[in-house]
Amino acid sequence: MKLLSRLYIALIILFLYAPVAVMIVFSFNSSSSVWVMGGFSTRWYEGLVKNTVMLSALEHTLIIALLSAVISTVLGTAAAVGITAIRNRIAKKAVMSVTQIPMMNADIVTGISLMLLFIFFGKLIGLDESLGFATVLIAHITFNLPYVILSVIPRLRQTDAHLSEAAMDLGCTPVKAFFKVILPSISTGIVTGFIMAFTLSLDDFVISYFTCGHYQTLPIVIYTMTKKSVTPDTYALSTLIFITVFVLLILYNILQSKSEKKRTEIRRV
Amino acid sequence: MKKYIALVCALAVALSVLLTGCGYEYKDLELRAEYDKSLEGTTLTVYNWGEYISRGEDDTVDVNKEFEKYTGIKVDYLTFDSNEIMYSQLAGGGINYDIIIPSDYMIERLIKEDMLQTIDTSKISNYDLIADEYKKLFFDPEDQYSVPYNVGLVGIIYNEKLTGSDIEHSWKVLWDEKYKDMALNFNNPRDAFMTAQMILGQDVNTLNKADWDAAADLLKEGKANLQSYVMDEIYGKMETGEASVAPYYAGDYLTMYDTNEDLRFFYPEEGTNIFVDSICIPKNAKNYEAALMYINFLLEPDIATANAEYIGYASPNTAVINNEDYCYYQNEILYPDEADLPKVQYYHDIDEEIRTYYETLWSEVKLY
Amino acid sequence: MNKKAFGNKLVASPYIVWSAIFIVVPLIIMVYFSLTDQNGAFTLANISEIGKYKKAFGISILYAAAATLITLVLAYPMAYFMTKLNISSQRMLFMIVMIPMWMNFLIRTYSWITILANTGLINTFLSKLGIGPLRLINTPGAVILGMVYDFIPYMILPLYSVMSKLDKSLLEAAEDLGSDAFTKFRRVLFPLSKPGMISGITMVFVPSVSTFYISQKLGGNKTMLIGDTIEYFFNLGPTYYNIASAISLVLMVMILVCLFIMNRCGGSDEDGGVLM
Repeated sequence: MKLLSRLYIALIILFLYAPVAVMIVFSFNSSSSVWVMGGFSTRWYEGLVKNTVMLSALEHTLIIALLSAVISTVLGTAAAVGITAIRNRIAKKAVMSVTQIPMMNADIVTGISLMLLFIFFGKLIGLDESLGFATVLIAHITFNLPYVILSVIPRLRQTDAHLSEAAMDLGCTPVKAFFKVILPSISTGIVTGFIMAFTLSLDDFVISYFTCGHYQTLPIVIYTMTKKSVTPDTYALSTLIFITVFVLLILYNILQSKSEKKRTEIRRV
Repeated sequence: MKKYIALVCALAVALSVLLTGCGYEYKDLELRAEYDKSLEGTTLTVYNWGEYISRGEDDTVDVNKEFEKYTGIKVDYLTFDSNEIMYSQLAGGGINYDIIIPSDYMIERLIKEDMLQTIDTSKISNYDLIADEYKKLFFDPEDQYSVPYNVGLVGIIYNEKLTGSDIEHSWKVLWDEKYKDMALNFNNPRDAFMTAQMILGQDVNTLNKADWDAAADLLKEGKANLQSYVMDEIYGKMETGEASVAPYYAGDYLTMYDTNEDLRFFYPEEGTNIFVDSICIPKNAKNYEAALMYINFLLEPDIATANAEYIGYASPNTAVINNEDYCYYQNEILYPDEADLPKVQYYHDIDEEIRTYYETLWSEVKLY
Repeated sequence: MNKKAFGNKLVASPYIVWSAIFIVVPLIIMVYFSLTDQNGAFTLANISEIGKYKKAFGISILYAAAATLITLVLAYPMAYFMTKLNISSQRMLFMIVMIPMWMNFLIRTYSWITILANTGLINTFLSKLGIGPLRLINTPGAVILGMVYDFIPYMILPLYSVMSKLDKSLLEAAEDLGSDAFTKFRRVLFPLSKPGMISGITMVFVPSVSTFYISQKLGGNKTMLIGDTIEYFFNLGPTYYNIASAISLVLMVMILVCLFIMNRCGGSDEDGGVLM
């Protein structure tokens, strides 16, 4: 049974990574095909240095992902704190339902509705160019927010409200009490929210497709490329991203287990 | 960040392979007109077809980079893969473009809808290089709105190794069960309908709904025979032998032939579509002067030759056509004698009701 | 639940304004476009036109349902087996399942062409054995495979997080009481993992039913799912915004109704199911 379960896990991993392996292998193809292997070469990696379209798209993607993750984390954390303080059940339910819309809705519907909004308002205030950096950023913040809010709220619930009351009794202002008492105890929720927001933004294609104008992010450029013949340089860039993510995650994992060890030590004390 | 990535890439450097083939090699550009940096700092947004400009791969000319070097104008280069997508982006009003390169019938529509501005050809010193036969065409009879960039014809590409050489020179091959699951067709309504309309002997600009219905029925009937509907995905499929027969633009055949020498090409006997893709300036362009400069630059003999060799389409530029060093000089596929050609038809802009009719019909074909 | 919460509800106001402008208003505009013609006059024509696209809805739902079912069947044992491993292997596997989500899904989908094509890896291998070529690419099967592949992490991860929090003693107790494996599954594991299943099903079904990329690449553009239909019309220009909005609206209502029903059956969590 144990062997069987291991085999099953291995098969699923094989399924998950087969296309990734194909991508890595073909990024070293000496011919320009991603179908037929010619021979080994690193020319596509060299070519990337000169590929300004792809590099600037990557830059756009990182800027949008970082900015939207930061803004939605700040806005979302504040929202979570505020929402837990809402007493009126109906009001709370209404806010929570609206919050879930971008999460539950199909991306294509979110993307199109936002695009219509931007174009509609662009025309209304007489902008001759309504789509671009600002709109794609707004769109990303919008679909990131629910994930931040929903990962912070449970943490807030677990926090003992008496702590902040005690802090305020001892003379803290509410703001100070928040930063001194609440923030540390919900920080894991915030970090989770931030990482999720960053990830979602990085990988988003559909919503950006409808809202980015000519501020093209990497997924958009890749989409344009898969419409013609994909050359291995796209694979080369993806391989580099894959390796970066891989290394980052391993580092994150090590750091996490270290901090966990620390925490158990503290608890023991 | 860019620098960091560049460094990572540079570290990966080991060996490089040079491709041979048709690619305009150059040392220094010789330019006919004068370019100055009076507009330095502006950003010019260019919206062009995919794979439709020489981009500096394998030591060819990087046209946009050269333009940036000579003028200091930054080129923001975007691509589309059908006239309709270009139109929707332009009409949606989300983005401003300074240069667009649509095809004839789309230019006709854009003029009708008042979406283009006139081009002052007196400010384009290289305009005299345009061959007379490409001036005063039906979509722009006064040459006020467009400067020809490329011309082309649609034909059928096949893989001789897979189909054999006794292939019927007709659009009907796409319906032929011999090539079941190996045939491709266009993934855009206008061109796909054309393949059926030619078989039915229709005018491609028919205003009769029944004609469009008949063509749609024929397309539906042929759908089971097709492997897929493609646009530029055709490159990979034809080059590797994944598919054996497909209609596409003649210029692209030459590019594919460079990779796979088993590929052959013919113009179907029923007739075919001829097109001109021209450079236009949209009404809401922000940088008119820079756009004129860019157009002039595209007409430069060296630049036009580099583009013609990279793209593989026929050029309307006499400096290219008469250049004996041009690798497609007098190429019989690109520059056929009229006597060798079947009847050719241009697409015209069709009135809105019929246009909506066939664009909706196409979704029915796809859903069939 | 009645614990006094910290803070002032006013800090939520920037967000509430934001969500009103960027979540609620866009949907209202979409409804407006669905119910008007090009000139802005009220009409129901767009909605009645949708009948033409019932096939697109039909196959989208069919493919997405098949993909969701397959994903569930594949992911469930995976998640379960994961919980049986020691903690560090669990964390490792969790990461391994998650990493592909960080890679561009367009590229991952595109790679499948190389594997499935007539001249692709599988068929090249088969032809060496004297079999084939099998027609794998440009089939409904390939589209469903693409959906399963792209979204399976969204099924494995929530299932895993629910199962890993399960009290192991419950299963042991069931065993002690003489339950066989099937009863154990039916009476203990299945009901307790239901919230994970529900969020997994949601997170797989919604993107599958609305995708417009997978069908184009792996299905050879030969069918139009709802997503493809919407994209096709949007790309034809503003004249088609009305019909495209109407189709989007119907898609949205359909999805929300499905989710509502599912949440009803599964006993909803106020926070919207399980997040990782």
